[in-house]
Amino acid sequence: MSSPLTGYLVVAALLFSIGLAGALVRRNAIMVLIGIELMLNAANLNFIAFWRYSPHPEALTGMMFAIFSIAVAAAEAAVGLGLVIAIHRHTGTTDLDKMNRMRG
Amino acid sequence: MGIMFYLIAAITLAGALAAMTLKHLVHAALAVTVAFAGLALFFLNLDAQFAGFAQILVYIGAVAILVVFAILLTRGSELPKDGVFSRTWFVGLPVAAGIFAVLGWAVIASSKALPSDAPTPAVNVHDIGVALVGRYVLPLEILALLLTAATIGAVMVALHEKERAK
Amino acid sequence: MIDQTTSLTPQAASTAVGILWLIPAVPIVASGVIALLKQPRRKLSATLAIGALSFSLLLAIFAFVHVVSNWAAGAATRETVNFTWFQFGNSAVDLGWILDPLSAIMAVMVCFVGLLIFIYSTGYMAHDENFTRFFCFLSLFAGAMLGVVIANSILLLFMCWELVGLTSYLLIGFWYQKPSAAAAAKKAFITTRVGDIFFLLGIVWLFAQTGTLLFYNHGSGSMEGLALGGLLTQHAALGLTAASAIALLIFAGAAGKSGQLPLHVWLPDAMEGPTPVSALIHAATMVAAGVYLIARVYPLLSAGMPLTASGDAAGTTTALIVVTWIGAATAVFAALVAVAQNDIKRILAYSTISQLGYMMAGLGLGGVAVGMFHLITHAFFKALLFLGAGSVIHGCHEEQDIRRMGGLKTQMRATFLTYAVGMLALCGFPLVFSGFWSKDAILEAAHNSAYIKGPYYLLIFGAVLTAFYMTRQVSYVFFGKWRGHGHPHESPRVMTVPLAILALFAVALGAIGTPAWPWFRAFLEGHAASIDIHTLFEADFAKLLATSTVIVFLGLGLGWLLYGNKSPKPEEPDALEKTAPAIWAALRDRLYVDELYSVTVIAFYYRWASVADWLDRRVWGGIVAAVAWVFKMSAQFNRLLDMHGVDGTFDKACEELSTGGGIVSRVQNGRAQTYLRILAFAVIALAAILIWSVKP
Repeated sequence: MSSPLTGYLVVAALLFSIGLAGALVRRNAIMVLIGIELMLNAANLNFIAFWRYSPHPEALTGMMFAIFSIAVAAAEAAVGLGLVIAIHRHTGTTDLDKMNRMRG
Repeated sequence: MGIMFYLIAAITLAGALAAMTLKHLVHAALAVTVAFAGLALFFLNLDAQFAGFAQILVYIGAVAILVVFAILLTRGSELPKDGVFSRTWFVGLPVAAGIFAVLGWAVIASSKALPSDAPTPAVNVHDIGVALVGRYVLPLEILALLLTAATIGAVMVALHEKERAK
Repeated sequence: MIDQTTSLTPQAASTAVGILWLIPAVPIVASGVIALLKQPRRKLSATLAIGALSFSLLLAIFAFVHVVSNWAAGAATRETVNFTWFQFGNSAVDLGWILDPLSAIMAVMVCFVGLLIFIYSTGYMAHDENFTRFFCFLSLFAGAMLGVVIANSILLLFMCWELVGLTSYLLIGFWYQKPSAAAAAKKAFITTRVGDIFFLLGIVWLFAQTGTLLFYNHGSGSMEGLALGGLLTQHAALGLTAASAIALLIFAGAAGKSGQLPLHVWLPDAMEGPTPVSALIHAATMVAAGVYLIARVYPLLSAGMPLTASGDAAGTTTALIVVTWIGAATAVFAALVAVAQNDIKRILAYSTISQLGYMMAGLGLGGVAVGMFHLITHAFFKALLFLGAGSVIHGCHEEQDIRRMGGLKTQMRATFLTYAVGMLALCGFPLVFSGFWSKDAILEAAHNSAYIKGPYYLLIFGAVLTAFYMTRQVSYVFFGKWRGHGHPHESPRVMTVPLAILALFAVALGAIGTPAWPWFRAFLEGHAASIDIHTLFEADFAKLLATSTVIVFLGLGLGWLLYGNKSPKPEEPDALEKTAPAIWAALRDRLYVDELYSVTVIAFYYRWASVADWLDRRVWGGIVAAVAWVFKMSAQFNRLLDMHGVDGTFDKACEELSTGGGIVSRVQNGRAQTYLRILAFAVIALAAILIWSVKP
């Protein structure tokens, strides 16, 4: 690893994969949302790392991106969890294997 | 790549793994909180203090709590009888592995092109504030709109159910 | 005294020959009109037929007068109208008609006798319900016969010949509900057909050799010198020339129609038809058609006959020898059988056959004039005899067996007198009756023939028999006591007047054929005739007269001796039978000719018919059935192929497609995680593609 950036990027990639694995594999809808949060966080890490080692950090591009991402992620988590609760009220379960009303 | 890096990396990754594999949902929520904390530490390590503290405030302070609330409200504290992993987990795992392979390969392949070192950025909160209302005022306003819409949406989703329940 | 093939100079067509075609056409058209009448209309149909034939008679008389006036001026008539019907390759099929003394006199005879018989039929068939059909057929027959008479093309002659045969069939089988009548009609048709096959062969051969169908065509006709010369050089089998062979083939056809041995068997059975039919067709005209045909093709028969310097015959040809012998044999054979018959019409039928034999012998020995003269006189007195027989049958309430008649000379005076005239004419009673002169001419020719000896004696014997059986018949019918049932009555005037007219001619016609004034021969041969009474007193003639008188009185005497005023009961055997029962039986059974045919020819045909039937049913039918079976099997196979092969594959394919669709649609299981997985996988794939495509 000739650059410290590489380490950060690898960690971010790993974090992303773990988050994706969880989102794809877990049964509970809430766990899927947690996995999605993890993925978003991994992306944030990527941004900040690239900002730190960028030639013009005073442009603050990476930082801004990460901040906005955090804000949007929070909003998305709120709405998503609200939906999960609504579904739970409707069908009595949060098991994704059982939810096939979108079946075509 | 100091020892700090490896330590923080270990914490974050352990927390993430734990979150994805633990059976008990509340334990998983707590584990993911640890992962968030680790990430905040990463940001601090990378001289992005504002992002780090924002991370702590929003993710740990709001999202994690929200998750716990959701678990509580959906009776997730009970252990599910069919198991925590989907019936077809063997399909999802290789896909995720594949994603990691691609990403990892991309990183390693481009490692030569990455800068080896850079000076510490001289950025303070004042600069961030100026940037926010200066250069990035439009995204800021749109974000405000988005947050408003999200709030209203969440309330409406909850409200509908209440009315039907009656 | 034999006529030669004179080459007459052709003449421009006159009006007479131009309208000649109307003579047969008008009766045929009348027949057609009668056939199309909606309901049976007796008066109209009879009027049409009689009117048409009267018109034809007028035209025939007109043509005859034209020919006679030409003859009187010393010119010979041979006018033709020929036209081509169609052409094929280099050959042409020609039709045409001819006006010469022979055709003129035949046309007049046929029309006149026919007309008298038509009038007679209106009375005879008055009670028959098929009156209209009768006159339709009669008219058609008259037209066809006249067509035969005027034809200049052998093909046209054959066509009319066949039509005559057809109408004869229709008229013999007129009362077709009677099985005997239907069988008789069939027999007539088939027997004449046998003759006609040979006739057709002769026609084809003649056409092939001479290249023309016309008899006379300004030098290129088949009866004219050029063609005949060509035929004489050709040689056929058995040492015959082509001319003789063709002539014999044509004679076979004539033999069928004119009832010569061995094709005579149909004539007696043809008596099943109504009596006017017997009179017209089987006495006067149709059977005479054969004789007329031989007269027409006489140049062919006599071709190659060696001639002396003065033009008389110095020999004879094979064809003429055959004709003479068959004629003579027929004459004797039929006369023998006639002796033992009991049906009034059958006696007359055998008599007709016998007289036809005389005509043929006359043609062979003495030439056209001799044979034709006897034909003309015979037409009148035989028609008279038949019509008289019809009158007798009518008067005896449809009785035809002579053993059940008798004493009619007082009950049916008019019929008796006219019948007696006819009978004496037939026997050849000397000097007064025409039959004497015509038969005498034949006997004279037979006697004088240096080359064919035998027929003279046969003909003499035949003459004796003729007188004998006619006396027998007349005795049975008119003399003695009435042996039938009911009361006989005389026939109405419409029937007796024609009888009287015919009787008149039976006497008067003799005048034109006597040696004193040989008008008939002169007319036919185209030279002048002088009246010379002295010929009657020449030594030759006296000898002949003596012989004939002896013959006739011998026959008459024998007949009167055995049968004369006696009145045997119907159950008693005949007087002759008592003396010679075996011979009588053989004669009564017509010398077993029919039985011979039935055993040989007919049996042979039955055998072949059953073979053909077997062949048709088993072999051809089997083949057809096998082919049908093959088709059925292949159809079944096709059906199976279609059902399982085509439908099966197609249906299976659709099923698989459907199932496949079902399987593939399981991807859309409605679960968000599945969709996410697919998304992530797609991203990997896309990234891989992009990376690999960018990689240098």
